Amino acid sequence: MSDHQTSDHDAGKRDFLFIATGAAGVVAVGGIVWPLIASLGPNASEQAAGAPTEIDVSAIEEGQQVVVIWRGAPYFIRKLTEEEVTAATEASQDVFRDYAPVEGRIASVEGSDAKWTIIAANCTHLGCVPTKVDVGLDGWVCPCHGSIFDVTGRVTKGPAPVNLPLPPYVFASEDTLVIGTDQA
Amino acid sequence: MSGPSSYQPSNGFMKWMDARLPLPRLMYDSFVSYPVPRNLNNFYTFGGILMVVLVSQIITGVWIAMHYTSDAQYAFESVQLLRRDVAFGWTMQSWHAVGASFFFVAVYIHIFRGLYYGSYKEPREVLWILGVIIYLLMMATAFMGYVLPWGQMSYWGAQVITSFFSAIPLVGESVREYLLGGYNVGNATLTRFFSLHYLLPFMIFGIVILHVWALHVTGQTNPTGVEVKQKTDVVPFTPYATIKDALALVVFFIVFVYFVFFLPDYLGHADNYIQADPLKTPAHIVPEWYFLPFYAVLRAVDFNITIPFTEIILMDSKLGGVLAMFGAIAVLFFVPWLDTSDVRSTNYRPMYKIFFWLFVANAIFLGYLGSRPAEGIWIPLTKASTFWYFLHFLVIMPALGRFEKPLPRPASITDAVLGKASGAGTAQLEGAAAAPETKA
Repeated sequence: MSDHQTSDHDAGKRDFLFIATGAAGVVAVGGIVWPLIASLGPNASEQAAGAPTEIDVSAIEEGQQVVVIWRGAPYFIRKLTEEEVTAATEASQDVFRDYAPVEGRIASVEGSDAKWTIIAANCTHLGCVPTKVDVGLDGWVCPCHGSIFDVTGRVTKGPAPVNLPLPPYVFASEDTLVIGTDQA
Repeated sequence: MSGPSSYQPSNGFMKWMDARLPLPRLMYDSFVSYPVPRNLNNFYTFGGILMVVLVSQIITGVWIAMHYTSDAQYAFESVQLLRRDVAFGWTMQSWHAVGASFFFVAVYIHIFRGLYYGSYKEPREVLWILGVIIYLLMMATAFMGYVLPWGQMSYWGAQVITSFFSAIPLVGESVREYLLGGYNVGNATLTRFFSLHYLLPFMIFGIVILHVWALHVTGQTNPTGVEVKQKTDVVPFTPYATIKDALALVVFFIVFVYFVFFLPDYLGHADNYIQADPLKTPAHIVPEWYFLPFYAVLRAVDFNITIPFTEIILMDSKLGGVLAMFGAIAVLFFVPWLDTSDVRSTNYRPMYKIFFWLFVANAIFLGYLGSRPAEGIWIPLTKASTFWYFLHFLVIMPALGRFEKPLPRPASITDAVLGKASGAGTAQLEGAAAAPETKA
């Protein structure tokens, strides 16, 4: 009788030890896997280099653009001509695959007539850099797989699913653009 | 492997060893006494060729890695230094780069041979699946290796291929950042690709051992598709298969070294002699030739998939293209069950034979389309060709097995090779080496 009780007691102890060991094992595996995966992400200096960056845009003329790098990726900053603004504004909604109102795609600064388009320069399909070929609807053409975007980066044709994204940006002054934040 | 071992240790040391670690016995049973069908033709030599190419890639790879710097600033230059300043550096670099291409030449012949002779059918499903896994690992290894010289095509190829992962809904961008180790392809990407490019070939080697193991459990198929039934159906691996494989290997390597020495850059891209530039996309990004058919499939889906008659997008074109491309590879895993015919060899399937060669022609055409710019007539042709690719696996393969009337098959390999007068097998072994492929 007492033997039987002892073995029951032992069975309970073994179950506890089994579960406790298993749980400790799971925690240990998690503790090993976590740093292995975490180390793969962008490291601290990469993150620091990804802080907002200031660009002097005073030298850009209408119809010109510069390409700036932020977080290792290129962005277009183009000062739009009147023609381009008209073409983008008057385009029919039907030609766009991922329609977005033109107001949100064109930036302007208080106290200046300048109109800007500030867009990511990596095609939303597979990341190639589009080239500018024409004003109006055939604005940016991606050389890789033939996606076409209007001058404000809205996709009209090709495999790209969505418009060229807008980075967070803010004009600190008429001549200074900050990419990486939208807080003045 | 099949039947009891006939290994006899030749001396005292071998006897001592055999009682402790019978590795010589394993080798003897696997590569000397191992019985192979007597009617194997030259297409069956590519397994052996692939093993040699894998080893040659590992050796040249280990050597050129001694001169390589996996840093975005120095990688491009270190490869140029390897080619110009290191004694025989140009040979080893070119051997390794051309070797990658010829690895795929051999593997494609090997895969098409398997498809033609029904090498994936019961009981060889696991053998086939292991092969597809090796093929996947090869693609990953080749892709990462191509990034290492850090030229324009390296960089932009990496850009294109890693953005496949950003197509994953919700978590795609984070997954991509963790793959790249940064917000974009950069130094962190290069160093981790180097690390993995060094690791994966050894994983391939491991799976190859499983592949050969599975092969030696079921035995080879053969051009008749009739399983081995009697002793006269087979010949010992050594000398018959060994010599046949060795001859094929020599012929293969003659072509291979011609490229290494006289056309080292023929299979590459001139753009890769320009150092990576994140601001400038090459006019025409194309992957290496062996990825072109899948690249064409990727580009074929340039439309969003919506719920019919509504504007609700189920799947955008990017995810659609990526899924189609991975699907084109993943479908290979299911081939053993998609093919419903119990006749192995296409030689005895008159209708499937036509569709098989159509499939081969279409796969090559798909590769050609992948090399064309995405414009004009190439776009509808790419879609049609992609459609046919999937039609072959998902409709033709399952349907033909049910409707097709196969030709009569020989009763045994011996019958097929030596005619009805069987029995005098050993006396006519010369006939076995003559590869009596029933193509006529």
